[in-house]
Parts: sequence; structure tokens; C-alpha cells
Amino acid sequence: MLTKRIIACLDVRAGRVVKGIQFVDIIDAGDPAELAHRHAAAGADEIVLLDITATHEGRGTLIDTVKRTAEKLFIPFTVGGGIRSAEDAESVFLAGADKVSINSSAIARPELIGEIGASFGAQAVIVAIDAKRSPNAADPVGDAEVYIAGGRKPTGLRVVDWAIEAEQRGAGEILLTSMDTDGMRNGFDDELTARVSQAVQIPVIASGGAGNAQHFANVFSNAQGGGHADAALAASIFHFGITDSWALKRELQLHGIPVRL
Amino acid sequence: MIQVIDYKAGNLTSVVKALNYLGAETHITQSPDDVRGADKIVLPGVGHFRATQLLHDLQLTEATREAIARGVPFLGICVGLQWLYQGSTEADSTDGLCAFGGKCERFPATHNGAELKSPHVGWNSLEDIRPDSKLLRGIAPGSFVYYTHSWRAPVSADTAATTSYGGAFTAAVERDNVMGVQFHPEKSGDAGLQLLRNFIEL
Repeated sequence: MLTKRIIACLDVRAGRVVKGIQFVDIIDAGDPAELAHRHAAAGADEIVLLDITATHEGRGTLIDTVKRTAEKLFIPFTVGGGIRSAEDAESVFLAGADKVSINSSAIARPELIGEIGASFGAQAVIVAIDAKRSPNAADPVGDAEVYIAGGRKPTGLRVVDWAIEAEQRGAGEILLTSMDTDGMRNGFDDELTARVSQAVQIPVIASGGAGNAQHFANVFSNAQGGGHADAALAASIFHFGITDSWALKRELQLHGIPVRL
Repeated sequence: MIQVIDYKAGNLTSVVKALNYLGAETHITQSPDDVRGADKIVLPGVGHFRATQLLHDLQLTEATREAIARGVPFLGICVGLQWLYQGSTEADSTDGLCAFGGKCERFPATHNGAELKSPHVGWNSLEDIRPDSKLLRGIAPGSFVYYTHSWRAPVSADTAATTSYGGAFTAAVERDNVMGVQFHPEKSGDAGLQLLRNFIEL
């Protein structure tokens, strides 16, 4: 049976994993390669590494970090942050990434999705969407809006519309981060995740708000009110040993969620 | 020396890295002579079936046939497995190697009345493992492996293991020295490494 995936996310700045609390108070959480291997051994189904500074000067550091991390990592490995061209993507694939995650650059030039897919396959392109509900709209969830530039800039695009376009342009997966729930540890945005998941055929990875096993069970649920997510991503709950993936998945199994154990 | 065939279909890095990690010597090639003289052949690949057209254009198909005929172990991964069949509905004008009968087809849009998402992405379990499989030696039924694909090969007498998604499909195929896996052993943790080790030790 196809299982629901738990994805451990490493936010990397200048070659170190960092974790911010509400975007300030950045704490050093360790070495990316070391943490990736620890997560893999602790049962994570995939690793995502996001270069949160993504400056031009930092590209060399990123490539080196990807190489070191990928060297002995034998589960799927995604790299995102600052990938603006098919050449940028190629350099991280050659360094050992299996997939790339693109966000602002796909909004700026949607053709990029197909360009990367043409060389490395659709499965290698994740389109990341930062989403915020539109509280004043008639349908606050259905009219949720896409934000770029690290959540600072609204685009006027509806999340569901952009997800559909990304799929049509050849995205392999959607990584949906809810800015409303991100960092709160009060649960994922199940309603928004379900809307997106039901609008596209490709897998949807839920992100933002992971706090405990019940939150994952809810976002994975295909029942009415569930998030219909195919995978879910979390960062901080793993870094400081709050839980590991095996423990999380054992709990999910008790909730009737299919997981890899 | 394991000859890893490069036909510009996705990323070879992961496969080569895993083989090297397990101590195997690898060489990336597009040369029919390398393939003819290989000790072992690996054909990786993700992406579109039409990419395999390059194998015909570079005369690698005939070279592979010759190597297989003299008993060289061959492992196709993902599209590399699909290429072992007659072809795929993904690219009707491109023939496969025809080592196995049947064509690869897309997952159905629905299964048992429920919508079926495609591509099939993620960790799924291996079932019906054939006890005589050399490739799957030491891998327990129910072991999870990582998939990402939209087309799949039919189940036949040569199927060495199945996986269920919209019904059973061929997860692994094996007849004598010709083998293929639909999943990505290089991304399937311990079970995947065990499989690659089995292949290296053939």
C-alpha cells in the first residue's frame, strides 16, 4: 500500500541548519549533512534542504552542502532556494539532489517548470506555494492567495489556480505552505490543503503548523474534513528531538494512517 | 566494471553514488563497445519513455542484446525496466528491447470507483516476491521501496515482485541475467542497497 510520507526539512543559511522562531531569534540547529543522516536513520521518508538566504555569493556553499549531504543519503533528497534557471537546477542535481523546489522563480517565469522537467523529468520538479487565506473574500479558503519573496509579497494569484497551472506546466508535486499556520505548531491548514489536493492529480505536500501526531493524522486523512495530503513536511519538531519520524509514524499507524515502518 | 548507460534521461548521479558506496567500480558510457565488453550493465532513467530512442540512435540496443546473449547481468531501473518490454504507450513510436512481452501503460484514472492520483509517488511495499529471485535475495515481503512514475509494466511469469497501486503491477522483473525494477533502489534505503548489493555480487 502506498504510504503517506513524512518529510524532514532543513533550513540552511551559510552552510548551517538554522531555525527561526516567528522569523526572528535564529538558532543554530547543526550541520546539514549530519542532521539529514540523523533524520534518515530516525525514519524520515525524504529530506528537503531549503537555502533560506539563497544569495549569489552563497551558491558555492550551497553546492558543497548539497554534495556533502547527498553523498551517503539513500532516500529522496530535494533542494530549494534561489533556483532561478535550468542551469541552477542542473548544478544541484549534479551535486546529488533528486528534486528541486522552485517558488518565486516559477511565478516570475512559469516556463521554468517545463524547462527543468524536460531535462530531469517532471518528478524532479516541486513547485512550492506560500499561501495565505483571504479573510475578506467570499471564500477565504478557496480564494487563498499566493505570496512570494519569503511571504512578503502578494501576487494576486489564487492558490488553487496556480497549483492547477503548475501541474499543467509539468510540476511533479506541490509543496503547499500555509502562512497562517506556519510556525504555530497548532496543526496544518487542513481545509486549504484539501482544496488544493482535490484540484490536482499530482501529490500535495502539506507544510506549516506541525506540532504533534494528531496534526499529521488530520492532514493525511482522506475523510471529510481531512487534509487529503500525500505527504507532510516539518522542521523544528524534529531538530530538537521533540519527536522522531519512527515515533511519529507508530502513532500515525494507530490512527489508521498507512506509513512506512 | 559496471557500465552505467547515459542516455540523457534524468540524473545518473544517485545511481552511480549508491553503486560506488557499495564498493562497485562504475563507468558512465554511451559507447556500444563499452556495453558489449561490460561485466555488468545498469540502465537507470526517470522521465519520458521517448528518451530511450537515443539508445537505438546510438546503437546501444544491439550492443545490449549481444551482451545479454552472452550472459552479462543487466539491471534496468524505472524507465530502464520499462525499456525491457515491447514499448510504452507513453511513446508509441519508440520500441523497447522486447526482452519481455507486453507494453507499459499509464495508471488508470480511477480504480474500484475511486480516483487514482498519478504519478504514483512515494514508498510502497513489495509483494509476491519470487523465492528464486537473485535480485531480491534477503529482502522481506512487505519491504518498502521508493517509486515515482506514471507508467507501469504488466504482471507476467517473469515478474519477480509486485506492488499494488490501481491493481498489481510489476515492481521487479527477472529472467536469468535480465532484470529490472520499477522503483528506485538508490533511493529506497536499506532494502534498495540490499538489492544493489545482490546485483553487484552476481
